[in-house]
Amino acid sequence: MGTIIFLILFPMVIAFILLFAKADKARDVIVIASAIIIAAMSIVVTVQYARGGSEFFSFNGTIVSNIMMVVEIGLAIYIIITACQHRKWLAAIFAIIQTPLIVWFELTKGHHIEVESNMYIDRLSIIMILIIGIIGSLIAVYALGYMKDFQHHEPEDAKDRRPWFFFVIFLFLGAMVGLVTSNNMIWLYFFWEITSLSSFWLIGFTKTEEATNNAFRALIMNLLGGVGFAVGIVILGIVFQTVELSTMILVGSVYGDLVAIPAAFFAFAGITKAAQMPFNSWLLGAMVAPTPTSALLHSSTMVKAGVFLIIKLAPVLGMNNFAGIMVMMVGGITFLFASCAAISQNNAKRVLAYSTIANLGLIVACGGVGSAGAVWAGIMLIIFHAITKSLLFLCVGTAEHHIGSRMIEDMDGLFNRMPKLAMCMIIGIAGMFIAPFGMLISKWACMVSFVDSGNIMLIGCICFGSAVTAFYWLKWMGKLTAVVANEESIEYDVHKTESVVHFILVALVVLVCLIFPLISTYMLVPYLEVVFGGLAGGIMSTGNMTIMVIMIAVLVLLAAMFFGKSKKEQVPIYMAGANTGDNRHYFGSMQQEYEVTLRNWYMDKYFNEHRMNVIGDVLTTAMIIIGIGYMVATLVGLLGGVA
Amino acid sequence: MIVKAVISIIAYLVLAPLVGGLLAGLERKLSAKMQRRVGPPVLQPFYDVFKLFEKEKMAPTRFQDFYVLIFVVFVIASGLLFFAGGDLLLVIFTLTIATAFLIVAAYSSNSPYAEVGAERELLAMMAYEPMVLLTAIGFYMYHGSFNVRDILASDTMCLLPMLGIFVGWIFILTLKFRKSPFDLSMSHHAHQELVRGLTTEFVGRTMGLIEISHWYENVFLLGFVFLFFANGTAWGWVIGIVVAILTYFVEVFIDNTFARMKWQFAFKASWIIAIVLGMVNIFVLYLCY
Amino acid sequence: MSAYVTKSPWVVHYDGSSCNGCDIEVLACLTPMYDVERFGIINCGNPKHADVFLVTGSVNEQNKGIVKQIYEQMPEPKVVVAVGICACSGGIFKDCYNVLGGVDQVIPVDAYVPGCAARPEAIIDAVVKGLGVLQAKRDAMLEQKPAEEAPAEEAVEETAEAVEEVKEEGGEE
Repeated sequence: MGTIIFLILFPMVIAFILLFAKADKARDVIVIASAIIIAAMSIVVTVQYARGGSEFFSFNGTIVSNIMMVVEIGLAIYIIITACQHRKWLAAIFAIIQTPLIVWFELTKGHHIEVESNMYIDRLSIIMILIIGIIGSLIAVYALGYMKDFQHHEPEDAKDRRPWFFFVIFLFLGAMVGLVTSNNMIWLYFFWEITSLSSFWLIGFTKTEEATNNAFRALIMNLLGGVGFAVGIVILGIVFQTVELSTMILVGSVYGDLVAIPAAFFAFAGITKAAQMPFNSWLLGAMVAPTPTSALLHSSTMVKAGVFLIIKLAPVLGMNNFAGIMVMMVGGITFLFASCAAISQNNAKRVLAYSTIANLGLIVACGGVGSAGAVWAGIMLIIFHAITKSLLFLCVGTAEHHIGSRMIEDMDGLFNRMPKLAMCMIIGIAGMFIAPFGMLISKWACMVSFVDSGNIMLIGCICFGSAVTAFYWLKWMGKLTAVVANEESIEYDVHKTESVVHFILVALVVLVCLIFPLISTYMLVPYLEVVFGGLAGGIMSTGNMTIMVIMIAVLVLLAAMFFGKSKKEQVPIYMAGANTGDNRHYFGSMQQEYEVTLRNWYMDKYFNEHRMNVIGDVLTTAMIIIGIGYMVATLVGLLGGVA
Repeated sequence: MIVKAVISIIAYLVLAPLVGGLLAGLERKLSAKMQRRVGPPVLQPFYDVFKLFEKEKMAPTRFQDFYVLIFVVFVIASGLLFFAGGDLLLVIFTLTIATAFLIVAAYSSNSPYAEVGAERELLAMMAYEPMVLLTAIGFYMYHGSFNVRDILASDTMCLLPMLGIFVGWIFILTLKFRKSPFDLSMSHHAHQELVRGLTTEFVGRTMGLIEISHWYENVFLLGFVFLFFANGTAWGWVIGIVVAILTYFVEVFIDNTFARMKWQFAFKASWIIAIVLGMVNIFVLYLCY
Repeated sequence: MSAYVTKSPWVVHYDGSSCNGCDIEVLACLTPMYDVERFGIINCGNPKHADVFLVTGSVNEQNKGIVKQIYEQMPEPKVVVAVGICACSGGIFKDCYNVLGGVDQVIPVDAYVPGCAARPEAIIDAVVKGLGVLQAKRDAMLEQKPAEEAPAEEAVEETAEAVEEVKEEGGEE
């Protein structure tokens, strides 16, 4: 209990300290020390609670609730004022709708609802805490070096706003821990809103016009989700007389059709936060922010909050109700079309963003399917995706500062120019789609559970989507592995903090792949047994897991023994006999030298980004309107019947 | 059970390259006959590979060998898993790693011809992958298991209920075998606009290893065809093996009668086939089983 | 033991500055009429896979680098066959201002096929002759000898004599 409270409050306290630590040295020390403390504490929490499994804390919190309400009102006022200043009326309107709604509910109805336990911890929360605590604080450490370069690129007279940046990052981490341990939906909502606002601040950090616009887009979409969340809470409170997540799930696994109504609204909030189509544009817009922001939003915080909620709701959604179908279709369609859109992208960060959206789509679909196997796959995806994606973002961030571009086409010869970085990136990419690595393991489990769910559309989505995924990753990987002769290494001045974080993440990618059967046995299976009451199969067999682990061991071993150790004579490449000898130029007519440039395929005719987005948006919007509409109709019918 | 698996593993390791090489030799003989030529000896593919092992060792980079090694190891591993009665999806994913590393090996040379070949191979991969996955899923829906061992133990032939998938599988085999009209990424014949495409920069021993791996790969791709016919009786085995070998020669026939198509056609055709034959068949299986 | 290279000589064909007469004859070898695949010969179009280098046409300032590079990119053991009189000696272009002469001005040639244009039978014959050289070079490789010393001198001399004869005949006419 105390450790969890510590993990929520400690980052927030550090956040305020960082707000006033202006000196580089001081900030370095504070951030690194607190990152170590947070990571260590999350491990302590794991050791403390992993054995027992789930535990609920009553944590009598009238005062806490009141403080939260006051802060919430304050934040709402802040949002309304800023929104009006920038003439973003929608943001103001959404804030005006939801906060009074929640405040009214808390003051009237909510008052009478007995809350047995405000907080809890179970194995899923532990996994989330580990991700937030370790990955999140690694990103914070990485940001130290990155933001120095960032400040360096700013104009001379620009104000040093790094204290603010680190303030928001630590605030974010604290709020995330709160989010994954709140059992009281109103508390969860509070942390939910803080993460929305933090991401708003982070995206708008550079204060350019584009950044501000994108920040508001993110805010508006997340506030829309917040409205859904608030409505869900009100329905849950009024109809079911509870605001506890655990009670809701318990009731839901019996009366799936009824609880599906608030669950659909919560899932809607999750969909907006997880940047599913049609709300994916906010995550793409978030690219304007400094890279550590993207890494943080994509891997350990923000979008993971959305999928966390949906995975939590899985037992309710899996009861074959309309809310579940809505969620799984939105996830599946997003997976397919976001993957397709990624093919047409040259900007590395946009490729990563589309890949995040696609993978979150898979997790969301898993939540919608809601079987034990699907949830197993979903949680595995969350773990692997957090590690791998943060690694990739941080690599791209470093590459961007050194080669001056985030375009994949400019990464020609990165293998020679920045060998260590390129290796990290290659491992990260391999981790995203190749077999013995984690993402594929989870994708495999997804596929099996989708087939078991009998949803043909979903099967189609994952089959075609996987093919497309392999295409865009491999063409990028090919670009990185290309050995371009006569390139000097420019890797000498990479910040220590950056390269250390890269190596730790690479080690984590490999380590987690090696120990994933243990994670499954000791964390996921017990969790699923509690939630679903016994497993109906659908989880990968031990034999297959062993084969996967052997495969990764073989791969690592072969790499250690043979990578780059070939003793063969190195010869120039074939260029129709006209190679000038440096492998990069050829003799044209009149013995003139021409440079060879090699470019990737983008297939814009087939996978035009705009078109993919439009199709995906139309389909998912239709699904959401049908789903929510159906739920509202059921609710009206229900209330009418009672009356 | 385990003994059986071990026997089939050893049989695969020893026999697959022999069978694959012989099939390749017969293929060249048949192609020659179709063109009214005498053609090379049936053992020619073996001579070619032995020859490649005799050649001087060269490579464009220090890293190519590693990628090719991974390709070879994982191609053989995927066949092993298949013939040991393993999980079809695992087999497919293992083959995907192998192909991925072959593509990366070609990319690593940074040679224009190899890179164009690699990109086309990537495209081919994207084109056939959905159908491959749908095939595995089809087997699962019919037999209730992804394990080859369970599919073989079943006492019903799944050809008719999975006819669409079967035809789709035959279609993408053309891409997998890299035969005309879809020999986009590399070619054994005289199309030379890509030089040798994907394999341009592989010299001697490296090329020989790749050839042998392709034999392994071909044999176990034909093993998939066999699965459509297995019904637990000797007849199922005989029909399955005969049809699998016939399939190979049908591919040779197609190879010799078609010109190379554009990649656009290859891509569109395979996806349309996967949607029309694959998805519809999966839907039928869903309704019936 | 006979080396496998003699059973599967793959060919790369380069047109130096030929009038295409010899090139057509080279391709004729692949047709059903002559069917060189009987001997395992494939036209592979890639020096990195090839064992036999067929050059047609004379070597000039423009292409000498290319001829040299293609030759260098072929892995040992390898042989060079000069196809047609232009490739053997420069032929009627011998005295052109930019022509250096036969292929042997740039790279070592193992077999010469005289003629204008060279007949397919003669080309096949030369490639088969080249197999003897390949065998010798392979043996030399096994004995760790430097390859340059190895070309079977007999075969080279034989073809050189043939070239001389043809030249003389041409002169008589």
